[in-house]
Amino acid sequence: MNKEHEVVIIGGGPAGLSAGIYTARARLSSLLVEKGIIGGLITIAEWVENYPGFPEGISGLDLTELMHQQATKFGLETLTAEVTGIEVDGKRKIVKTSEGDFVAKAVIAAGGSDRVQLNVPGEKEFIGRGVSYCATCDAAFFVDRAVALVGGGDAAITEALHLTKFASKVIVIHRRDELRATRIVQEKAFAEPKIEFLWNSIVEGVEGEGVVERLKLRNVVTKEESTLDVSGVFVSIGFKPNTGCLRDILPLDAAGYIVTNEKMETEVPGILAAGDIRRNSIRQVISAAGDGATAAIYAGKFIGE
Amino acid sequence: MSKPVAVTDNNFDQMVLQAEAPVLVDFWAPWCRPCLMIAPVLDELAGEYDGRLSIVRMDVDQNPKTAAKYSVMSIPTLLIFKQGKPISHMVGFRPKAELKRNLDAALG
Repeated sequence: MNKEHEVVIIGGGPAGLSAGIYTARARLSSLLVEKGIIGGLITIAEWVENYPGFPEGISGLDLTELMHQQATKFGLETLTAEVTGIEVDGKRKIVKTSEGDFVAKAVIAAGGSDRVQLNVPGEKEFIGRGVSYCATCDAAFFVDRAVALVGGGDAAITEALHLTKFASKVIVIHRRDELRATRIVQEKAFAEPKIEFLWNSIVEGVEGEGVVERLKLRNVVTKEESTLDVSGVFVSIGFKPNTGCLRDILPLDAAGYIVTNEKMETEVPGILAAGDIRRNSIRQVISAAGDGATAAIYAGKFIGE
Repeated sequence: MSKPVAVTDNNFDQMVLQAEAPVLVDFWAPWCRPCLMIAPVLDELAGEYDGRLSIVRMDVDQNPKTAAKYSVMSIPTLLIFKQGKPISHMVGFRPKAELKRNLDAALG
């Protein structure tokens, strides 16, 4: 694989893929580096019904697969590797990865975000054995069982609804007394007999013998502790940006997101950012794709100067 | 050229637990996208580690007993067995470099 490109794109979700379509079609030699699944977080969404152009909706997997095909058609190269850092050497950007270093004139950081964990005892130990961050991936392992889902936003409640197709009972644990999810989603959940709600509650521990058997809970209002017997717990409490390896080179806001102007430019000339990794992202496929195209265009202008 | 062999609930004991060399078991299902993505990586590793350890695949839909016995509740789950015991437990898609680290550690 060629070690020098005009553009290196970090992250293969909708932001990176859209950037790739634009840079490759503009005849800039482009490399996209993705450490996991091409398509990113949206691939675990069962159905995307609000991406423009698809009145019947489309799966996250299919949508991003099509984006990847499109970018590849224009000449985008793709590498499976994890980016560990970026160095700026004059006009060159050296992107360090688990598969070696790559040199670029411009870099588009589109690494997106990852699920926030509960950070409670037992959580890590039981990942894959009852603790899950992906309802669409793992629901099938909990047929006819009682499971908990922690969270209160759109992702959480949509996942709770998905789980009802498999689980006998879904107990939604939320730390406040009302959900953040949009009304239409809330209404579906309230109408679903298999879903119960535990309000004002947080998880303090995950326990069991070899597999998840129960959760330790605390009511944040009454301070009472309790135990909930479940076979699994699905965690859906938010996202954090994948900017750990960029900390040394890019200014990040207090929560770790990358700050850009409207051209997706960061404070480092030649490094742009796109998608959920940016501050104030609205976390939609369409906005990620828009960011990616914008970043690509301004990366092209930067290279042309 | 060795490719990962499919094992079943029936021959798991013989193929994995009684194997002399370490065995990496890939618990997968046809509907699991990350499982399909990790498959070619495992194919490559099977060739590279041929003779030192073996890589086998287990379809959890067809073989629910073994998956349940080892508390597999998410796929892909990769378990490395040595002398009949699981010594390494990985859940989810992993890049090749990380898989190699775990395989090397199992052989060490």
